[in-house]
Amino acid sequence: MKCEDVEKGLIAYAHGLAAVGERRDVEAHLATCAACRARVGEFRVVSTLLGEVPAIEPSFGFDARVRQKIAAEPQRGWLGLAWFAPQARLVLSAAMLVALTVWLVKLPANPSHGTVTTPTAMAVASPSDQDFDAVKDLGVLENYDVVTNMDALSQLVPAKAPENQKPEPNRTESND
Amino acid sequence: MARTDVQLMLDVKAGDDSSFDFLLQKYRSPLVNFLNRMVRDQATAEDLAQEVFLRVYRARKQYTPSAKFTTWMFRIATNLALNSVRDNRHERMGVSLDAPTDGEDSAPLELPAREKRVDERMVERHRVEVIRRAILSLPEKQRAAVVLHKYEEMDYDEIASILECSEGALKSMLFRAYETLRVELAPLVSQSAGPVRQRAGERRPS
Repeated sequence: MKCEDVEKGLIAYAHGLAAVGERRDVEAHLATCAACRARVGEFRVVSTLLGEVPAIEPSFGFDARVRQKIAAEPQRGWLGLAWFAPQARLVLSAAMLVALTVWLVKLPANPSHGTVTTPTAMAVASPSDQDFDAVKDLGVLENYDVVTNMDALSQLVPAKAPENQKPEPNRTESND
Repeated sequence: MARTDVQLMLDVKAGDDSSFDFLLQKYRSPLVNFLNRMVRDQATAEDLAQEVFLRVYRARKQYTPSAKFTTWMFRIATNLALNSVRDNRHERMGVSLDAPTDGEDSAPLELPAREKRVDERMVERHRVEVIRRAILSLPEKQRAAVVLHKYEEMDYDEIASILECSEGALKSMLFRAYETLRVELAPLVSQSAGPVRQRAGERRPS
């Protein structure tokens, strides 16, 4: 075995913590590798040196400061609803996003932006759109009124027409 | 019969704050020591340890014993320590490893020669400081692995769980850390290697 094959097991071996198989592999390698034998010895020294760093004691009043911090914690409401505060903000944001999306989808289509006006769209057209259509056709309606009330026309023999058919305004004349 | 840590935490969850006091008494020293070896001064270590206890208390309602209590608590502590070290890294950039840390005297740090050993306590303090700085010179995660392994005496499985890595990755991490320490502490290692090798030879007959 090469050094790289056993190096991961050297620390466990140096501390006497290697599993049986791992220990067997390391020992087989150490029997033939003086460098790794020396390295394991030095790892043991390092471990001993680390053990020389003494433990410290928490300073006086440590527990009191922890208890003080805990006492300053906001009390949770019924069923711990305070814990849900961040989630509540998230839910509110999501709800606002959904509402905005629904509102945008429900907005009426704007004909001026090249949208084809369908009968359905006409039916839901706003009063201002209806007023515009009336003003737009006002000239045609006035011409129709003049032509139908002209005395000279009343002298003419009316052509036979189906009973339900109303006379069409003469758009060519009206546009003159 | 003594209650386990998990049982104590479940009691805290049920509203028994005296069980939290018990956990505080039991783990304040291990936590402060672990954090003291991870960061550069005791005051920061204690602040972080207080934060760990606070987070444990805050999480009591959601606590489920899916892992060992110590694994869970030390994972919180490790993450806080790693964040603290990373946040303060820029402050250390210009600080020489030879500069004294907080609370020390300002005597120059050097390995004591035998003829200078007039004050054993002074020598011991210097030696400990050299070792402590070698630990602090390790990359944060390697440092955590060494401290949990050497001082908290946790097994590989638990350390790997705390550091959220595989056991193989942990072993590689420990090997690299010990290699660095072997170089950093070379003067002390060479001083001590003889007697230790002899002791090792006595323990393990070849």
